[in-house]
Amino acid sequence: MKDLSKVNNPYGDDKVIDACSIFGMMDTAGRRFPGKDIVRAIANMHIRGNGLGGGFAVYGLYPQYADQYAFHIMYLSREGKSEVEAFIKQRFRLLHAEEVPTQPTPAIVNPPLVWRYFLEVEPQQCDGQSQDNYVVDRVMEVNTKIEDAFVFSSGKDMAVFKGVGYPEEIAEYFRLEQYEGYLWTAHGRFPTNTPGWWGGAHPFNILDWTVVHNGEISSYGINRRYLEQFGYHCAMHTDTEVIAYAIDLLMRRHSLPIEIVAKILAPSFWSAIERRPPAEQELLRTLRQVYGSLLLNGPFTIIIAHHGEMIGFTDRIRLRPLTVGVKGPVLYLSSEESAIRLVCPDLDRAWIPTGGEPIVGSLERPLVPQEVEVAGGGNIRC
Amino acid sequence: MKTYLPPKFIVERDPERCIQCQVCVNQCAFDTHYYDAEDDEVRSRPDSCVGCHRCVLFCPTQALTIRRNPLDYRENYNWRPEVIEDIIKQAETGGVLLTGMGNDKGYRIYWDHLVLNASQVTNPSIDPLREPMELATYLGRKPDRVEIDRDYPGLKTELAPQVRIEVPVMFAAMSYGAVSINVHESLARAATEAGTLWNTGEGGLHPKLYEYGNNTIVQVASGRFGVHPKYLDVSRVVEIKIGQGAKPGIGGHLPGEKVSAEVSMTRMIPTGTDALSPAPQHDIYSIEDLAQLVYALKEATNYTKPISVKIAAVHNSAAIASGMVRAGADIIVLDGLRGATGAAPKIIRDNVGIPIEMALASVDTRLRQEGIRNQASVVISGGIRNSGDVAKAIALGADAVYIGTAALIALGCTLCQQCHTGKCAWGICTTDLALTKRLNPDIGARRLANLLRSWSLELKDILGGMGINALESLRGNRLHLRGVGLNETELEILGVRMAGS
Ligand code: SF4
Ligand code: SF4
Repeated sequence: MKDLSKVNNPYGDDKVIDACSIFGMMDTAGRRFPGKDIVRAIANMHIRGNGLGGGFAVYGLYPQYADQYAFHIMYLSREGKSEVEAFIKQRFRLLHAEEVPTQPTPAIVNPPLVWRYFLEVEPQQCDGQSQDNYVVDRVMEVNTKIEDAFVFSSGKDMAVFKGVGYPEEIAEYFRLEQYEGYLWTAHGRFPTNTPGWWGGAHPFNILDWTVVHNGEISSYGINRRYLEQFGYHCAMHTDTEVIAYAIDLLMRRHSLPIEIVAKILAPSFWSAIERRPPAEQELLRTLRQVYGSLLLNGPFTIIIAHHGEMIGFTDRIRLRPLTVGVKGPVLYLSSEESAIRLVCPDLDRAWIPTGGEPIVGSLERPLVPQEVEVAGGGNIRC
Repeated sequence: MKTYLPPKFIVERDPERCIQCQVCVNQCAFDTHYYDAEDDEVRSRPDSCVGCHRCVLFCPTQALTIRRNPLDYRENYNWRPEVIEDIIKQAETGGVLLTGMGNDKGYRIYWDHLVLNASQVTNPSIDPLREPMELATYLGRKPDRVEIDRDYPGLKTELAPQVRIEVPVMFAAMSYGAVSINVHESLARAATEAGTLWNTGEGGLHPKLYEYGNNTIVQVASGRFGVHPKYLDVSRVVEIKIGQGAKPGIGGHLPGEKVSAEVSMTRMIPTGTDALSPAPQHDIYSIEDLAQLVYALKEATNYTKPISVKIAAVHNSAAIASGMVRAGADIIVLDGLRGATGAAPKIIRDNVGIPIEMALASVDTRLRQEGIRNQASVVISGGIRNSGDVAKAIALGADAVYIGTAALIALGCTLCQQCHTGKCAWGICTTDLALTKRLNPDIGARRLANLLRSWSLELKDILGGMGINALESLRGNRLHLRGVGLNETELEILGVRMAGS
């Protein structure tokens, strides 16, 4: 059996309490851009973290391997690596493997080895199961059964870079300036205990889903027990992991759109539901009745991303901050407005959404300039 | 036969204060006080006093004190006074000892070994006076998932009947006949005011209470008393009673003296006959029989009402509960070791069943392991004393609780355990018209509604302190509990960690 204390935080706490900075940036027109801006933006919120975790998710990262599952795997020992590689060869068709390039960074001490693999699933390997479900099961297997190994990310044409350090240090270490993507999210972490474990940093990932999260989920205990009924085992015992699995369950397995998912994770109050038109009342009530155990209670802001979409929202009474900025087709989500203004001083619009209201950036519905009425009459294009 | 039973209580009357008004003589239902006309003096025979304190509270000059008779037998841990006296009673009567209320023995009360959490620094607590705080709960079967169409709102999933309660506390089953009509009316009106449910128990529903049907759970028990189409139609939930925590495996016996004209009409049995509920339901000898009754009731009510099934918490409750859910129960009720009764054999009440905390924890865990927890709501009862117990029960996994004893205390009950005698001096557990009119339903309803209001305010404080603003985030959230003074096996069954860990 795997020593889970190496996977979990060493204190074996049920969850890690943390507070953080988060930032997301997406070009809804689908153009790829380098990571320079997001690194500056997240570095601007340096004091919201304490150097015990930073990370990035990038989408549109590997156009040359766009149809292969890109596994980023962290190793704490050579044995872990050889065991995982044997496992991979047995369970997948391996197209390419290489070490993730890094550069020596003074602040990064004792980093684990990180490799990436581009994989395909042969039809006979998944035996009737969908490829995605097959991959999820294999990721769970590596994370819970193989010593000294942990899958950072497992989606196609995307990856997660993360570790122990401030986010700007992690960016330097993994040389993020060399990558481009159309959607980036970032996270700087302030855990109130010291896990010192690279897998515990954000973003959390399963397939191409990632979550960055600022907050503490007071409903963690029941969220986790609910998800266990559906076969999700929270190996890392963090709030964020619970959110990632909840999203996977609701969007991938229950095929619900993100607007509905937001109504499950941060639902309206019963009294507000009663003020909606009858058909909507019926829907909102049913969602709460059926998915009440997935209500995320307590303060949080999250940014969820997958291919083609980035979504941010807060808890239903907005106990943690979220600011939205728009410039042309680019959507910014941030803990602090200053970080957005730093990288884009001439925003078209910036605002603070209400509690639980999802802000969605989508390739399918790119942001278009809109006419806005301004005080004193007349319209401006923005 | 000369009785060897010593008086349990000492009745003291302060001659300085007593004005010979004879209020105590009228108030005592056990004939302890009497008026001696010759001496123009009120006197007492303490041997019949049960310690109900009715006379103490009603004496206009506060002349009375009731104290426990010290009964200083030679000390013996094994042969305690209660043990000795039970033997004496049996030697003098040759019968099964009957008693009322719930198990009063020293079994561990796990609620007292569980403590709740609160937020500090890393997340904010929420002030219920300034922020919304939601206690509303929907009882009934929930599907595994919701399906929707592309066009908003486009809900495709149709839910089984759901019943909304504004506070997760309902009034437990207490049958008309065991308790008086005024108790039923007080419960019905308070439940209606508070937006929760009350339960008729197994003795039918008096027609004058049909108007409260929307807040009424009607019971179908082994005696089938008072079960007819109208009874099912007016109700909100139908509950099949398999067992009761105070007397698992034992039927009921309402003595003929309590079967008055009104009781007879409601129960549909002749006046003055004993109302006997068989120990089992004679059409349920197995789980598939239960499924048949569940579906017979669903058919009879046209699938418009949740069907609840109530059992006593016994050793293998978890497996039984799983069977009940699979048999179609929309709500399952577990009644624990401390559950009360209007009359039960004392030896059963005091020795059979398991603590509700353990039953609840194991049932909730088991249903989750089997992935069917969403298919039924879980309600518990038996010894819930305050909102702290309620919060702990919710955190262990209950959807709601029933309160019986606590509700009766609100109405005046002092737990004298004489319910089975039909002489309840507080007019609760009796059908004697002179006694029942002591409980005014206007006042009774007020007291009960007040109790529910207090508990809901306290529950909101508890939730707010944890930084939670909806009850569903506490439900089954055992991380908000810690154990104190429990061993490892107990913690494991409860699924709770030790305080400090
Ligand atoms: S039985 Fe009750 S009313 Fe009668 S004397 Fe005792 S305490 Fe008073
Ligand atoms: S209901 Fe009446 S008889 Fe029963 S314990 Fe309470 S006061 Fe005593």
